[in-house]
Amino acid sequence: MTLFYISEMVDYNKYETVIGLEVHAQLLTESKLFCGDSTAFGAEPNTQVSVISLAHPGTLPKLNRKAIEYAIRMGLVCNCDIAKHNYFARKNYFYPDLPKGYQISQHTTPICRNGYITIRTSHGERQVKLTRIHLEEDAGKSIHDADPQNTCVDFNRAGMPLIEIVSEPDMHSSEEAFAYLTEIRRLVRWINICDGNMEEGSLRCDANISIRPKGATKLGTKVELKNMNSIRNVKRAIDAEVRRLIELVENGGVPRQETRTYDPVADRSFAIRTKEDAEDYRYFPEPDLTPFDFTEEFLQGIKAGLPPLAEELIHKYVHELQLPDYDARVICDDKDRADYFEQIIRFTGNYKTAANLLLGPIMSYLNENNLDIKALSLRPESLASLITMIENGRLNFSVASQKILPRLISDPTKEPSALADELGLVQDSDTANISQWVEEVLSRMPDKVAEYRKGKKGLLGLFVGEVKKISRGKADPKITNDLLLEKLNR
Amino acid sequence: MPKFSILASHPFIPNHLILWQFNLYLSDNYSGMTVTNELVEKIANLARLEFDAAETESIKQDLQKMISFVEKLNELDTTGIEPQLHMSPELNVLREDEVKGSISREEALLNAPVRSDRFFVVPKVITRA
Repeated sequence: MTLFYISEMVDYNKYETVIGLEVHAQLLTESKLFCGDSTAFGAEPNTQVSVISLAHPGTLPKLNRKAIEYAIRMGLVCNCDIAKHNYFARKNYFYPDLPKGYQISQHTTPICRNGYITIRTSHGERQVKLTRIHLEEDAGKSIHDADPQNTCVDFNRAGMPLIEIVSEPDMHSSEEAFAYLTEIRRLVRWINICDGNMEEGSLRCDANISIRPKGATKLGTKVELKNMNSIRNVKRAIDAEVRRLIELVENGGVPRQETRTYDPVADRSFAIRTKEDAEDYRYFPEPDLTPFDFTEEFLQGIKAGLPPLAEELIHKYVHELQLPDYDARVICDDKDRADYFEQIIRFTGNYKTAANLLLGPIMSYLNENNLDIKALSLRPESLASLITMIENGRLNFSVASQKILPRLISDPTKEPSALADELGLVQDSDTANISQWVEEVLSRMPDKVAEYRKGKKGLLGLFVGEVKKISRGKADPKITNDLLLEKLNR
Repeated sequence: MPKFSILASHPFIPNHLILWQFNLYLSDNYSGMTVTNELVEKIANLARLEFDAAETESIKQDLQKMISFVEKLNELDTTGIEPQLHMSPELNVLREDEVKGSISREEALLNAPVRSDRFFVVPKVITRA
């Protein structure tokens, strides 16, 4: 009750929130960072392990070449400075799911420094500064609920290749944090280095949060928030934590530097570690791995292999293809979607109709059936000929999207024109036929016609709909409209 | 004397690992220090070891000897010299991204002090304070 009372009185606007995010992204390599265990998700516990990942004495790690390349890709698209000379460090701590008693991480020499990520929020576009991106290995997984007396450990995840993307304390609202994470997820998927799946843990986020009076330049004491398994939960967790901090300070309290975990059900966080038991990690250069370096040519090679980025495509769609900004952005939310759109527009010049079909009926079909666009068997060529038929007035858009498209999807070998003929759906542009349907509709609804003529012009849509119905969607809507207006206004 | 078995994958903490915990801490914190009981306790705690009074005393003396021995190095002027971090001149020893070398679950669990049919089993780890 007291808390509630206080929160009623608190002026939340007196404070500025400062947020820095640490994002771990699991790299899409086939094998682990330092040994050949598979990285496939969902395997039986302890079946993707080796003497190296289990840290048996006398074994030595060996660095995966691909992981370096993936980390560099991310650094390049985040405009980072890439370090050409690198070595790994040991971070020492004991935990049952850490087989070696240390984690191998690029603590001292991150492969990427500085850089930024561009975010868009309701306040417009801005760049969030990055501190670093570095390579490190994951720990195993402790399972606390399988056995009431003990903790069970699965080492499949031990040694999985991660990059950690660390931002500066440069975000000031949960909305910015949400936009930042959404952009990171799109980026890692776009350049194909991580599947971006937060539920499966291949993208994870910790948040450092502090508050300070507006106008202050010194950072407040930070709280580290963990255990947020969706982008939405990150936003909610930050909101809840900022509320808690402000209420604490307004109530005369002092925030403690601590690690907290977010409980999405209770919508609040719980302390799990305070600074007093802060670890002493005793970092030092990893003697079991050689340093690695690479040349400018290697870097340029990786750069040349990067796909055009979302912002480049959006610019092209808006300025060259004249698509609305919104359409262009939705197409580029996802790399596979953009790839598919690129394929369609190889076969048709009607970009707007292509976008309408993709973002309307095709996206809803995929959503309803929980399908990935990659699994779509619909050939871009037949989609293009469908678009041509719409353009030529042989099909109207709704018949094309509601009647023909589902058939094309279930039977991709069919040609759209053959299908339209077969189903008798080719649009009728014959004025005489449409005229007959129009007459029939009007004669069936004399009272509505009278109402229309008295000024209820909104009834036009009803008449159009009726004509569409009795013509089974074949009546050309433009001609229908013209004829209706002509007869009604006579 | 380990408090409890820390590494789930095999039962013993190798000796080199214990020694290295000590050396490590000393190399990080060296400032011509004298080894105190508190220091021994702190390092022991980081290494998850427990000593009685007699052991602490003897370790303290050992550590002090080590420090004095290494202190000799301070007489050298190392200004402008890049630290040599790796003993070997090797560079870029990398592997291709190929799946190979894993062992079966049965083999993996063979040395586990405690196990179930599918897991390494350790004492309950409390996650929430």
